[in-house]
Amino acid sequence: MKTLLNETQLELTLQRLAHQLVENHTDLASLAIIGIQPRGIQLSERIVRILKKITRKKNIDHGKLDITFYRDDVHTSADIQVPSQTDMPFGISGRNVLLIDDVLYTGRTIRSAMDALIDFGRPAKVELLVLVDRRFSRELPIQPDYVGYTVDTILTQKVKVYWQEKDGKDEVALIDKPSA
Amino acid sequence: MLSVKHLLGIRDLTTEDIGLIFKTADNFKQVLQRPIKKVPSLRDTTVANIFFENSTRTRLSFELAEKRLGADVVNFSASGSSVSKGETLIDTVKNILSMKVDMVVMRHSASGAPWFLANHINASIVNAGDGTNEHPTQALLDAYSMRERIGDLRGKNITIIGDIMHSRVALSNIYCLNKLGARVTVAGPPTLIPKHIATLGVKVEYDLKKALENCDVANVLRIQLERQHKPLFSTLREYALYYGVNRDMLDSLGRDIVIMHPGPINRGVELNSDVADDPNRSIILDQVENGVAIRMAVIYLLSGKREIE
Repeated sequence: MKTLLNETQLELTLQRLAHQLVENHTDLASLAIIGIQPRGIQLSERIVRILKKITRKKNIDHGKLDITFYRDDVHTSADIQVPSQTDMPFGISGRNVLLIDDVLYTGRTIRSAMDALIDFGRPAKVELLVLVDRRFSRELPIQPDYVGYTVDTILTQKVKVYWQEKDGKDEVALIDKPSA
Repeated sequence: MLSVKHLLGIRDLTTEDIGLIFKTADNFKQVLQRPIKKVPSLRDTTVANIFFENSTRTRLSFELAEKRLGADVVNFSASGSSVSKGETLIDTVKNILSMKVDMVVMRHSASGAPWFLANHINASIVNAGDGTNEHPTQALLDAYSMRERIGDLRGKNITIIGDIMHSRVALSNIYCLNKLGARVTVAGPPTLIPKHIATLGVKVEYDLKKALENCDVANVLRIQLERQHKPLFSTLREYALYYGVNRDMLDSLGRDIVIMHPGPINRGVELNSDVADDPNRSIILDQVENGVAIRMAVIYLLSGKREIE
């Protein structure tokens, strides 16, 4: 296991991402931030917290999106996925939507997320923020707009993001999966 | 993940299976509130609804559930088909399956028909009612609707009233509620309560008022005249007098009892309109609404069990 980002580095990265968002979205009122279940939720909550601090705004629209029913591998994956909650207490038609997930790898999750999103309305624009971009491993033409950290990996490796609230520490690590 | 490949009866399910179905149904219920009430998870699946017995609610509910999962649907009903020319059950189903159908939802008048079929074909089977045996999705949606109204069913008192003998809903309900830790009482005239039913872990009560005294939910069943080949009570009027649920009787008990009915209702026989249409008591339409979400959950979870060809 190799640490890609330790606690301090992770905090700096999150700060930078939040500032980039403020830079690009002068009008935060039209922004709707949506974390992808399950592992995009922690990241989106952190980003929203920092955004509120630096803009002194109390209300930023923030939701959760479950993409289980939109996956393209319902029958091919060994285990059927148990769905999580979708919670979007606001409309997305005509809004600037920011999708957030922790790691971007093949791009298939984001494809499903966009399909799921479109079922809720027609956003004016959809952007993608990821903490870690695993380069050169995309299976679909999907690129992020905001990237925390870029890493080159091979198939047998896995990028894991740990969150204080959930896993007891803040860290991004590269794990070598035991070859089966 | 479910422990079974088919949903034949509640008897075969574990308590965890039931929990998983409920949790998945919560999500589908949410999907059904959206402007676009559809998800594409089963767009590569074809489901055949094979009904050898009449049905409106169940068939419509299954069909909607399948369509809202994005599946392709074919419907078959026995009347006007080759069944009347003498085709056997296995032949009928094998012919349908050779048209590349992945899943079968079946209702049949013979108890055990889905188990028989499960031994002979590869597709996943959902039992939509077999004779007087089981009707698993009805029991699941009943328990789900109860839970929605009164919370966790552990320790709650549920009374099932009416034609226990001929009701597959009763049997599936008993299995399901027992697994969820509820206390079940069955009530009805002695001629409509099977012998030895107490061995399933239920209380038997012949006096309706006594049966309702401590109960939280009353599930009122339909009198199934079409299955009664010899008279089991003298007149419908007499049955309504002793076992019909009406407002005056419920008022006299002085407790809030949630009223359920799997439909179709014989109004004025087992259930009076003043109760059936009372939104404070009756959750009959909630049952129908939840039926779609429960069936979506069952079909979705079983589709993961499909063998990859």
